[in-house]
Amino acid sequence: MKPLVKLSFAFALVAAVVGARADEVQVAVAANFTAPMKEIAAAFEKETGHKVQAAYGATGKFYAQIANGAPFEALLAADDATPTKLVAQGLAVKGTQFTYAIGTLVLWSTKPGFVDDQGKVLAKGTFEKLAIANPKTAPYGAAAMQVLTGLKLLDQVSPKFVTGENIAQAFQFVSTGNAQLGFVALSQVMKDGKIADGSAWIVPGKLHKSIRQDAVVLTKGKDNPAVAALMAYLKGKQAQAIIQAYGYQI
Amino acid sequence: MPLSDSDLQSIWLTLRLATVVTTILLFLGTPVAWWLARTRSRWKGPIGAVVALPLVLPPSVLGFYLLVAMGPHGPVGQLTQALGLGLLPFTFWGLVVASVFYSLPFMVQPVQNAFEAIGDRPLEVAATLRASPLDAFFSVALPLAAPGFLTAGILTFAHTVGEFGVVLMIGGNIPGVTRVASVQIYDHVEAMEYSDAHRLAAILLIFSFLVLLALYLWRPNPKNT
Repeated sequence: MKPLVKLSFAFALVAAVVGARADEVQVAVAANFTAPMKEIAAAFEKETGHKVQAAYGATGKFYAQIANGAPFEALLAADDATPTKLVAQGLAVKGTQFTYAIGTLVLWSTKPGFVDDQGKVLAKGTFEKLAIANPKTAPYGAAAMQVLTGLKLLDQVSPKFVTGENIAQAFQFVSTGNAQLGFVALSQVMKDGKIADGSAWIVPGKLHKSIRQDAVVLTKGKDNPAVAALMAYLKGKQAQAIIQAYGYQI
Repeated sequence: MPLSDSDLQSIWLTLRLATVVTTILLFLGTPVAWWLARTRSRWKGPIGAVVALPLVLPPSVLGFYLLVAMGPHGPVGQLTQALGLGLLPFTFWGLVVASVFYSLPFMVQPVQNAFEAIGDRPLEVAATLRASPLDAFFSVALPLAAPGFLTAGILTFAHTVGEFGVVLMIGGNIPGVTRVASVQIYDHVEAMEYSDAHRLAAILLIFSFLVLLALYLWRPNPKNT
């Protein structure tokens, strides 16, 4: 038993030391922003020497985790409602919220030519499964629902829904070919300024509420200078160039 | 407070899945267990290890491989499409296939132990009484291994009820088709509907406890398994 106690003590010590390093940022990032965030984090680390520890997932899940004491210091959400709510509840720092990107929804298939540039394939119904992100927790899922409701297609296509836990899983359902179609984020299918493969309909922004993606400093990251540095970096030219290359607006 | 319709639907679906999987595994797992218990082949080790894999593999590994294998470009997906069955992910039968893999060791291992505990002697005696191997299997081995079957059946059923990760990865969360109770709870938690989550979670907790309690009370002597 004794060596075990010693060992766990050593681990606790290591954890405490690592945790206390001020130049590390624990940031929760919306799943749709995974690819650009990896690029931004690499550039940020290179330039500042700070280290970014990013977790990627559904914004709604991060909210629940933060409300229950998760150790995140900043949140890059997929919407603006969640950061606003966190500020109102005292879980995020007032005055630090800003829009880092405006997301674009696409209807995407891996099959070339399957999706037309008007999205008429939705009404035709020549598909078996339509992947969306969980509209209750993922803003891109909610936007997809608004689009379908607006086009009066919701009742027609909802029996074909397969729901991903977040936008990354919706993408995975389509990319493995198990769903023929799916509503995903443009950032997931865009590479070097164009759709990397398959076919896609870039959903006009007027068909859904704009997906304003806000970042906010969380209460736990209030005194960490690396958090402030990351937020500043996100507003800078280099980060914005990366963000735009993935099809976001700023 | 009563359960919502969608909660009830998820419980019913879960029970249906567990029943189908347990039934299939009774027929599929028994010959495997019999072979593993009786064979002296050098394949016993490797096959036994493959059967036990789901005990140690993360559900994400199994879920990922199944999603790719059952997809339109995977070997299983091409087979099911060629047979006119369509694709398995996001269907009830897709979950059944996945759960059969996932719960395999829970069926095979207790039954194998029960068969091994019988030893050679009763079967030899049966042979001297001119029982054919098949006859000896059905009238000697099966009755003697009955407690092992009960344990295996209960464990398989309970383990399928408790399945989550694999279902999340290949299910697509479709109400009444693939949204089982564990996924429904996850959905409630994600959406911060904590009181809904509590109700369903408590039911599963009590169910699991009762199943295990029954198993331990009914099995006074561990040698019987």
